[in-house]
Amino acid sequence: MKLSLGPIQYYWPRERVMAFYAAVEQWPVDIVYLGETVCSKRRELRATDWLEVADRLAAAGKTVVMSTLALMEAESERLALERLVQNGRFMIEANDATSLGLSLGKPFVAGPNINTYNAGTLRELRDIGAVRWVMPVELSRHILEAMHKARPDGLETEVLVFGRLPLAFSARCFTARARNLPKDDCQLACLDYPAGLPLATQDGSGFLTINGIQLQSADPNNLIEAMPDLRAMGIEVVRISPEPEGTEAVVKAFRGCIDGSLTPTQALDAMKPLFPRFCDGYWDGGAGMNWRESVSA
Amino acid sequence: MNPDRMELVCPAGGFPALRAAVDNGADAVYLSLRGETNARNFPGLNFDRKALQKGIAYARGKGVKVYMALNTYPQPDIWTAATQAVDVAAEEGVNAVILADMGLLRYAADTHKDLTLHLSVQGSATTADALNFYHERYGVVRAVLPRVLSMPQVAQVIERARLDIEVFGFGSLCVMVEGRCMLSSYATGDSPNTKGACSPAHAVRWIETGRGREARLNGVLIDTFKPGESAGYPVICKGRYQVGSCDDTIYAIEEPTSLSTLDILADLLKIGVKAIKLEGRQRSPAYVGQATRVMRQALDACHANPDAYTPRPEWASQLAGMSEGRTQTLGALHRAWQ
Repeated sequence: MKLSLGPIQYYWPRERVMAFYAAVEQWPVDIVYLGETVCSKRRELRATDWLEVADRLAAAGKTVVMSTLALMEAESERLALERLVQNGRFMIEANDATSLGLSLGKPFVAGPNINTYNAGTLRELRDIGAVRWVMPVELSRHILEAMHKARPDGLETEVLVFGRLPLAFSARCFTARARNLPKDDCQLACLDYPAGLPLATQDGSGFLTINGIQLQSADPNNLIEAMPDLRAMGIEVVRISPEPEGTEAVVKAFRGCIDGSLTPTQALDAMKPLFPRFCDGYWDGGAGMNWRESVSA
Repeated sequence: MNPDRMELVCPAGGFPALRAAVDNGADAVYLSLRGETNARNFPGLNFDRKALQKGIAYARGKGVKVYMALNTYPQPDIWTAATQAVDVAAEEGVNAVILADMGLLRYAADTHKDLTLHLSVQGSATTADALNFYHERYGVVRAVLPRVLSMPQVAQVIERARLDIEVFGFGSLCVMVEGRCMLSSYATGDSPNTKGACSPAHAVRWIETGRGREARLNGVLIDTFKPGESAGYPVICKGRYQVGSCDDTIYAIEEPTSLSTLDILADLLKIGVKAIKLEGRQRSPAYVGQATRVMRQALDACHANPDAYTPRPEWASQLAGMSEGRTQTLGALHRAWQ
């Protein structure tokens, strides 16, 4: 079982991104997904910067995949996507049907934002070149198991096991809205929220995280306790989505679990001080926001 | 289809709504079979096979087309039900099926070569390249655009897309890219993609408290309404919340409002939109009848003389009276909304 690091979902200053990936070179992850997947106005890193980061990570022994935008709207975004697809060095992770169309015939990863809900769709993805699919976050263990068993030859399965869940995308920017700014003059407000902007209900409960045009879960999804099941199913890759703080500890906890040096409970205990709460409700087929810590030791 | 006309596509949650749409000037109606294979899977809604036959006969008798929406993403446990629904659509001779799932598109294209395919708004295709992918791979001839593009972006898509474009003209406004929203399943376990349900009724609770009337969704406080305040159905995207360290509660995602394109029908015609869809398979026959009648009049006026088209005040007031929150918006079509 391989461990992957998903793309950074937030907007961080260039130096922070560079420092983050310099550290990642030393982390025990096998695959690193790079690039901006949420908003094309986030240009702290240019396309050439991303490719430089990719080269350094590749030199450090990581397999690099370039992730595409989840919501494509403007012509400029399409042109940037075409260049990315044709980069010639790194595979892409397709996150919408535009990238499916443009990467036809080339090997690619069907990202978590491609709606893959049945084996018929898995066969379609394989047929157009996918070598791996990432489970949509709202699917359950039961559905994953059925789909993984029915997957065509040559198609690996990847599951997001840690990180805030990407739940929705909009034409509207909710960060700009919260600041009373129009989207076209957002003043890159996302830079002020390296872990997104918390949204709470009127009774003060954390509910969602605003991240530009994306809404995420309030708390990170954490499937550490499902790791034995994922391994038994033969899932090839598990993914961690970066947070501004604590990601290295999370990587080590999951790596320890994969290597057998930590039990899931020990790994969970190592992560608990870093985050106030987790969620894992989708795994059992329920509401994604739920967190039901098992008592197995 | 006449290139200078936009088809009026109206919702039918049951036979009475279908009749109301047909009698009030729909060019086409869209409907669904009962169950989890469609994105409006509400109790008491949609058609069994007998009602479908009756509906098709009634619509055909008046020269109106029937489209069947099968626009959830069927998981393995309902895959057979989904393919059977495609079979039923083909056997009953609907004019088109409206699909979103790639697996189901493949099934339909391979199994029923004469069945006309439309891409549902749930297919989340927002660019010409995405649309052309569905056209080339599955023979999709029409697509419904997600409510995320501005007018210039819609025009740009139409220029390069090799299929017909349908847009939403009136009704509830999805703020999120359709097919990409899991807010409902995050709170309740059921989403449009998985169960054809957004904010399912079984999860809704109204609770009277000292602070007002609370609307909760599986326990999550979506909004609190003061006495006299009109209380909309609690969907996550139209609730009031606290953002960041600010104590005020705001419509952080969207206000309760409806989409209305009444003012820009002539612009939509000019850029090459081929069909206007009214949202609302969950609406009453009276609502469907009235919305259809108003949009029929507006489209007829628009088609007769696009350059001179101005909506009549009574059309606007009738649609406004039917709108959620009694306010209307162009949504993403108007850039400033974004």
